[in-house]
Amino acid sequence: MKKEWPLWEVFVRSKNGLEHRHFGSLHAADAEMALENARDVYTRRNEGVSIWVVESKNITASNPEHNAELFEPAQDKVYRHPTFYDLPDEIKHM
Amino acid sequence: MSEAQIKSLEEEFEARIARDEKIEPKDWMPEKYRKTHIRQMSQHAHSEIVGMLPEGNWISRAPSLRRKVALLAKVQDEGGHGLYLYSATETLGITRDELFEQLHTGKAKYSSIFNYPALTWADIGAIGWLVDGAAIINQVALCGTSFGPYARAMVRICKEESFHQRQGYEITLKLAQGTPEQKAMAQDALNRFWWPSLMMFGPADADSPNTEQSMKWKLKRKTNDELRQQFIDQTVPQAELIGLTIPDPDLKWNEEKGGYDSGEIDWDEFWQVVKGHGPCNKERMKARVSAWENGEWVRDAALAHAEKQQDKKLNRAG
Amino acid sequence: MNTNLYNYLLGIADNSLILGQRLGELCGHGPSLETDIALTNISLDLFGQVRSYYQYAAKVAGDNRDEDTIAMMRPEREYVSVLLVEQPNTDFGYVIARQFLFDVYHYMFLTELQNSKDETLAAIAKKSIKEVSYHVRFSSDWIKRLGDGTEESHKRIQNAINDLWTYTDELFHQTEADKEMINEGVGVDTSKLKEQYYKHISEVLNEATLVVPDLKYFQKGGKQGMHTEHMGYILAELQYMQRAYPNMSW
Repeated sequence: MKKEWPLWEVFVRSKNGLEHRHFGSLHAADAEMALENARDVYTRRNEGVSIWVVESKNITASNPEHNAELFEPAQDKVYRHPTFYDLPDEIKHM
Repeated sequence: MSEAQIKSLEEEFEARIARDEKIEPKDWMPEKYRKTHIRQMSQHAHSEIVGMLPEGNWISRAPSLRRKVALLAKVQDEGGHGLYLYSATETLGITRDELFEQLHTGKAKYSSIFNYPALTWADIGAIGWLVDGAAIINQVALCGTSFGPYARAMVRICKEESFHQRQGYEITLKLAQGTPEQKAMAQDALNRFWWPSLMMFGPADADSPNTEQSMKWKLKRKTNDELRQQFIDQTVPQAELIGLTIPDPDLKWNEEKGGYDSGEIDWDEFWQVVKGHGPCNKERMKARVSAWENGEWVRDAALAHAEKQQDKKLNRAG
Repeated sequence: MNTNLYNYLLGIADNSLILGQRLGELCGHGPSLETDIALTNISLDLFGQVRSYYQYAAKVAGDNRDEDTIAMMRPEREYVSVLLVEQPNTDFGYVIARQFLFDVYHYMFLTELQNSKDETLAAIAKKSIKEVSYHVRFSSDWIKRLGDGTEESHKRIQNAINDLWTYTDELFHQTEADKEMINEGVGVDTSKLKEQYYKHISEVLNEATLVVPDLKYFQKGGKQGMHTEHMGYILAELQYMQRAYPNMSW
C-alpha cells in the first residue's frame, strides 16, 4: 500500500468574531501545505480570517460508549441555567 | 458479541435515527449501514470529480471572460464538493486512495450523466440548469440524512451550489434570447440532456429494491419516481418561460394529480450507460486514471520532502 | 486614443490571459484534489486581473471594443505576451517551474506598478499584488518540495527549470510602448528589476537543491507578437466561440 498524504482537520474563524469552527478536513503532505490547501478549499467564498490546521491523528476524541457517564450527569444540574431562578415579573431584564 | 446483544444494539440504533438523532463516525453502527454509506457517499464524491470533466472541457473555449471565470469557479466547486464528500466518507474507516482505487478499477460507480458528451457551449447551460437542478433536488433531501458527516457536507454543498443552477439557466436563457443559431443550439442541448437528466433519479420505484432501507436511514426522503416528478414539474415551466420545448411528445399537464404526465424513459439506454457502455465512459475513466498516475511522483515528492523536514526538526531538537 | 497606454495594458494583461488559459486546461486533472483546486484559484485570480486591464484598455480605446473582443478577436501577431507563459503543461514540474519563474517577476512588477502615475493601473496593482504574493508563495513552496523531494521529482523539476530558463530574459525586454510609459511615470522600469529577479530565483533554487542554469542564449519575440508554435493552438480554443459565432452575446 502506497503512503497517502496525511489527513488534517481544518478550523476557520469567520469575520464576525466567533471562535474557530471545524470546517472539514483535507489531505496535505505537511503543515504549510495543509494551511494553503485549507485556504484554497475552505475559504473560497471569503469565509474566514484565521485558519488552524491540525493533523487528524493528533486529535483525541471522547468515546461515545462513555457518553452516559460523561454527559448525562450534567442533565439535572438545572441550577446552572438562568431559568432555574424565580424572579418577580417586574424585573424584566436580568 | 452475542446475537441478542447485536439485535438490541440495532434496535437502539434504528430508534436513534427515528428520533432524528445523528449517527457519528465513532458511534456503533450495523456493518450494513457503514457499507451502504461508504458506497453511496463515495459514489456521490466520484460523481463530483468525474463531473468536472465534461464541463472542464469548455473552460478553454468559454465564449466570454465573464463566462470563463464563472465556469472555472463552478468546476472548481465540484472539486471542492468531491473533497468534502471524500473526507466525510473517510470518517467511516476507508482512505481516499482506496476510494480512488475503487473508482479507477470500475468497482465504484458515479452518476451516469457524466458519460454523456458536452458538445456545444449550450451543453454547459443545459448541464448547469438540468443536471445541477436534478442534483440539487437529491441533495436538499440529503441535508437531513442520518449520518452526521454526510449531512454536514450536504448542507455546505447545497449552500455553495445554489449558484450553479442559476449559472446554467442564465447561459441557456441568453441563448434562447439570442440569434436563431443560438436558440437552436440551446434547444439541441435540451433535447440531448433532458432524458439523461431524468435518468439521474435512478430506476423506477418498482425496480429499486433498496428504497425501503434507504428511507429508514434517511439516505432517501422520497422515492426515485417522486423526486423525478418534482424535477419535471419544476423544470417544464422554466423551459416554457424561455421558449424552449421539452423533447417529450407525451408530456402534458394532469390537473388531477397536479403534475405532468410524461413519456416512458428508455431504460435500456439507462442500463447500458450504467454498465459502462455510454458514449464517454472510457474517456472519463482514462482522464481520471491518467491524472492520478501522472500525479503520483508529485504526491510522493511532497511526502518525501515533508519527512525530510520532520527529520531535520527532530535532529535539531535532539 | 493613447496608443502607448493601450499597448502597455495589453503587454501586462496578455501574460495573465495566456497563463490563466494554460492553468485552466488543468482543471480536473491535477495531481491531487487539493492541488487542482489551488491551481484553479491562481487561474481565477489571473483572469480577474485580465478583465480589469482589458476593461480599462477598452475605455482607453474608446471605440466599440470590449474586454472580450480585445481578449479573443486579435490575430496571433497582435498578442504581446511573453513566450514563457504559453509553454505547455508538459508535467506538474513544468507547470510549477513556469508559474514560479513568472510569479517572481509578476510580484516585483506589481510592487512597482502600485506607484504608477496612472491611478487605475495603480489600483489594479494594489488589488492584484495580494493575489500574486500568494502565487509566489505557492509556487516557491512547490519548487522546494519537488527539488528536495525524491530523485525523480528533483530530476523533473530541474529539467523543467532548464528548459524554461531560456524564456526568462524576455520578461525584462522593453517595447516602444513600455519605454514611453516608463518615461511618463506610468510604466515600470523592468530593467531595474532584472538583477533582483535572478538573485531571488537563484536563492529559492539553491534552497531547493536545484542548479541555476548557466545559459547564455535566450528566446524572445512574444512581446513583438512572434510566438512559439504553441500559441496558435491556445488561441484556437480561446477564440473558438467568438470566431465561429461572431457578433453574438453570451
